[in-house]
Amino acid sequence: MAKQRTAVLGVGQTKYQSTRGDVSMAGLVREAALRALVDAGLEWSDVDAVVIGKAPDFFEGVMMPELYLADALGCVGKPILRVHTAGSVGGSTALVAASLVQGGVHRRVLTIGFEKQSESNATWALSLPQPFSVSINAGAGGYFSPIIRRYMARSGAPDLIGCMVAFKDRQHALRNPYAHLHQHDLTFDQVVEAPMLWDPIRYSETCPSSDGACAMVLGDEAAGDAAAGPVAWVHGAAMRSEANNFPGRDEVNPQASRDCAADVFRQAGISDPRSEIDVVEMYVPFSWYEPMWLESIGFAERDAGWRMVEEGATHLDGGDLPVNCSGGVLSSNPIGASGMIRFAEAALQVRGMAGDHQVEGARRAFGHAYGGGAQYFAMWVVGADRP
Amino acid sequence: MSEAAEGGVRLPESLRGVEPVQSVRTPIRLEYDYRPSASAESYLRAYGEKRIIGHRSPVDGAVFIPPRGVDPRHGVAISEEVDLPDTGHVGNFCVTHLPIPGRKGLEVPYVSAWIHLDGAAVGFLGLVSGCPSDEVRIGMRVRAVWKPDDELGTTAENIRHWEPTGEPDVPLERAGNQSFHAGRGDEAGA
Repeated sequence: MAKQRTAVLGVGQTKYQSTRGDVSMAGLVREAALRALVDAGLEWSDVDAVVIGKAPDFFEGVMMPELYLADALGCVGKPILRVHTAGSVGGSTALVAASLVQGGVHRRVLTIGFEKQSESNATWALSLPQPFSVSINAGAGGYFSPIIRRYMARSGAPDLIGCMVAFKDRQHALRNPYAHLHQHDLTFDQVVEAPMLWDPIRYSETCPSSDGACAMVLGDEAAGDAAAGPVAWVHGAAMRSEANNFPGRDEVNPQASRDCAADVFRQAGISDPRSEIDVVEMYVPFSWYEPMWLESIGFAERDAGWRMVEEGATHLDGGDLPVNCSGGVLSSNPIGASGMIRFAEAALQVRGMAGDHQVEGARRAFGHAYGGGAQYFAMWVVGADRP
Repeated sequence: MSEAAEGGVRLPESLRGVEPVQSVRTPIRLEYDYRPSASAESYLRAYGEKRIIGHRSPVDGAVFIPPRGVDPRHGVAISEEVDLPDTGHVGNFCVTHLPIPGRKGLEVPYVSAWIHLDGAAVGFLGLVSGCPSDEVRIGMRVRAVWKPDDELGTTAENIRHWEPTGEPDVPLERAGNQSFHAGRGDEAGA
């Protein structure tokens, strides 16, 4: 059976910030969900099911929060499904929601990702002592730093490529009212001079801790046709995963990442991603992951992703493949929502609704998320045209 | 404040007009006893004798550490234990400038590294010391520095840290995580 065509009908985001002390988790997710419904021109009663994702429960210490959030998301008496794939969860959640429409199970699905990092401590939640191992890993940066070090060694990239990415994303964030970091006076020198946290990762090259939620309403072809405003059509969607430690694993460019990208481009009928994609929202929590994923996904040759950064190819102003026009994860990181924000921002771009960070004439956009030890991947291609 | 503004709840006189509570911080702690699996128990008990053990895959002989009773590539059970030497090389590393709360005796910056033992097919985490952090390199040869015998427990932390041996480095392209080929004969990496 052929897949049902699926469209993004609406997007809703909260302002990302370090503390949303005025709302509970329920209030936070409801705010994003309502905005997505308003954007789609729909009511709560139009939604058939809800698919929700967040980072591991032990971050905030609320077990299975989807149960208590069902009420706030208007889905009492309707199916609610929780997705759980570490940092990639926002992307995987959107893809599970899309699959319910593609498979003909539901006509309209509300999907949402959230995190309330102000009620959590993700760095130390990721550094729990384990009986098997010595306790020396300090957060996600401690895990990804060696992988970045290897990329730098094998690609021969200049040392400041990561700083260029960080500065670019913070400049982009100034054009996105929802972004957490709005560092108007930030200079490139300040990025370079920031202290090393996890050498070779500087403080300025890491993502912030944010509260926030991002929601989308997905619908079938009839719902897409009935929408008053522009919709984003799903052209391809894929997930892959792999173990995080085995002999021969290429941790810089994981097989699961390459396979996932190849699958999503095959579905979308794309053979030359660099020229056929207009804008990219990819998961870059540490600056060096921009050139690394550019290579892995196929926008650049192996060991050449950093050249795109150096040439300004990924900049919103003048770049031929703008990356993270929203400011990316480096500017807003409500972990469970971060992947969905990438997917939603890709949709906003092809709907022509990205405001001051709109890429002029964007027709096809790429959304990306990864999680765990760079072992879970979720990607989609959305377009302005019906596939 | 009207009743409606207070969410329709009838408050006692003493609480009227009091600033609403928006969040409550309640630190919690959980203590538990860890009961290891059979493979973990062997592994941790071996540390008490200053031995490091791994698991050898029945498929192609690749040795995994820590031993988890399974070859993750093939999904097959492993029961064969092998002793590994306490020498190897730094496959990759991070120089961390953040203290770990509750971890005593660790001065920043410290070097956490993937240690690839001679004869093991994967790396495991260890602390590198005994040289300035800016002299640590991918491929640097290291050996274990054990705690004194009267301080040994059943823990991986019996290895206080890994120190440079001074031998020539393993070249970059052969350092760290490599494909395993049975019978290649140079899994030692040196």
